[in-house]
Amino acid sequence: MSADGQRTVTWLPEIRRGGFRGALYGDTDPADLCGYPDHPPRMGFFTDTSVCIGCKACEVACKEWNGVPEDGLNLLGMSYDNTGGLGADTWRHVAFIEQRKPVAAPDAGVAREGASDQLRWLMAADVCKHCTHAACLDACPTGALFRTEFGTVVVQEDICNGCGYCVPACPYGVIDQRKDDGRAWKCTLCYDRIGDGMEPACAKACPTDSIQFGPLDELRERADARLAQLHAAGVADAQLYGRDPDDGVAGDGAFFLLLDEPEVYGLPPDPVVTTRDIPSMWRHVGTAAAVMAAGAVAAFAAATLGGQR
Amino acid sequence: MSRRRAEQPVVPPAEFTSYYGKPILNQPTWASPDIPGYLFLGGLAGGASLLAAGADLTGRDVLGRTAKAGALTAGLVSVAALIHDLGRPARFLNMMRVFKVTSPMSVGSWLLGGYVPAAGVAAVTALTGRLPRLGAVATAGAAVLGPGVAAYTAALISNTAVPAWHDGYPEMPFVFTGSGMMAAGGLGMLSGLLPGAGPGEAEPARNLALLGAAMEAAAFERMEHRIGMVAEPYSRGRGGGYVKAGKALAILGAGGAALSRRSPVATAVSGVALILASAATRWGIFHAGLASAADPKYTVVPQRQRLNERTLAASRALDAD
Ligand code: SF4
Ligand code: SF4
Repeated sequence: MSADGQRTVTWLPEIRRGGFRGALYGDTDPADLCGYPDHPPRMGFFTDTSVCIGCKACEVACKEWNGVPEDGLNLLGMSYDNTGGLGADTWRHVAFIEQRKPVAAPDAGVAREGASDQLRWLMAADVCKHCTHAACLDACPTGALFRTEFGTVVVQEDICNGCGYCVPACPYGVIDQRKDDGRAWKCTLCYDRIGDGMEPACAKACPTDSIQFGPLDELRERADARLAQLHAAGVADAQLYGRDPDDGVAGDGAFFLLLDEPEVYGLPPDPVVTTRDIPSMWRHVGTAAAVMAAGAVAAFAAATLGGQR
Repeated sequence: MSRRRAEQPVVPPAEFTSYYGKPILNQPTWASPDIPGYLFLGGLAGGASLLAAGADLTGRDVLGRTAKAGALTAGLVSVAALIHDLGRPARFLNMMRVFKVTSPMSVGSWLLGGYVPAAGVAAVTALTGRLPRLGAVATAGAAVLGPGVAAYTAALISNTAVPAWHDGYPEMPFVFTGSGMMAAGGLGMLSGLLPGAGPGEAEPARNLALLGAAMEAAAFERMEHRIGMVAEPYSRGRGGGYVKAGKALAILGAGGAALSRRSPVATAVSGVALILASAATRWGIFHAGLASAADPKYTVVPQRQRLNERTLAASRALDAD
């Protein structure tokens, strides 16, 4: 626990309590792990991309509610995507993919014969995953990033010193530094709204309920049912992404239903939280440091034995 | 044609899918020369503190003073570089707000917080000749913390999602400490040229440099070999260029250090080459990491391969039932 009561996994006893499994990787309740005694259920997003219409209401609502600055009006030549990707000034990003693929049409909910050469348009609203084991949070040296009672991951803007460590730590390319401001920014899962019992701005604005907000347990059930429905309708490529508590980040607080492989949407196919390996990293650092000290002793001993004092 | 193909070993597919070729990861915001300089100077400082302690124990005054001055300067400049790289330099002290073992930058800040004052007292007492007892304690303290200062930055860059940095985590600390020994050894060799240097003054530094150069080269080789295609940026582009320059300088410096012990010119050239070799390696590792983050290939291909293998294993297990 840091000085002002905000909780992060900061110190060995917390890791020891659960062993490395649970503390650094593997299924766990992150709010429990961070020592919240009585906490609300873990909240998250289920983004069902099969019903996304690419209206970008979520992008706009997020910018408006959170006062995220304008970051350039660009034409990127990437279908209808003129935002590019998540970053300091884009906390919801709608991806657009145009593809010709021999697949069943997802929109009608039924398999269509001979749909092989039809243009398919995939749209997906990406967001911070609020990882069960969040590399950004683990890496943050100031405790600016912290775990909320809802199990979400939030940056405290009054503490972040812009060291930038969270940026390459995130396996999804979500958090980034705002250039003119120096600090790191990302989705807060509308911490200010959900604390007051409201849903996040993007979920509120989404006209198709592609973005669903709620307790993670419920969302997972709903997603499983939707996946079964799509599979039954012949949409074989439909898959849940970030739903599995056994994956490399122990599941995401914000997970997705995709209609193609994750990398098609710019998502890593099998992300792993880097801090899973931190015990081994420290062991190697310790050995290398000891070898260095031994090397110095040897360097002096060799000089002495060689008759040079 | 198809038969010939069947005889070829199975290689991971070079093709992969991406979103308009965009990187998966966000590009590290760390800048050059701040961050590669910080990696290099930490190694130099750590190695120099070891030389300083050894020099005191074996009565090598000139080597000791050179190493202490070098350690303090390198330590201070590396901290300055780190602060300069922050988006909010005025909030540097927020680093001391918590202590997190999951964050090498946090651990490193505390380490530097102990190391730099120790190196400072060691250097100032040695150069002024005042308070020798305090100086001895500080020299010992700096020597104890020094290897940690040289090594932790390896965990710092490896504890990221950047494939070339992360996947190299077992060897990276050995590359870094080897590199630090080489740089500090190179610096120490120069002390043998200073007035007042006795015979064999810089001999331990020469030994340290040779050991370090061998260790850096061996660990780097092993890392590149083990991590396969993810290591590509270490031999290509800007990062690859620096790495190659580092290897050439290390060979020049180590060769000179081993062969021409008597020539002051050769000693000076070798010493400087060894210091530059260490810097070039760090710059190479830094830029290779940036390239590795910028190309989605290095994120997608190994992950896709891992995922496919898992799916295959799962379906085989299902078949076996
Ligand atoms: S997706 Fe990235 S920024 Fe979001 S919680 Fe996970 S590691 Fe942090
Ligand atoms: S940039 Fe800010 S939020 Fe990110 S790791 Fe550094 S202090 Fe933490």
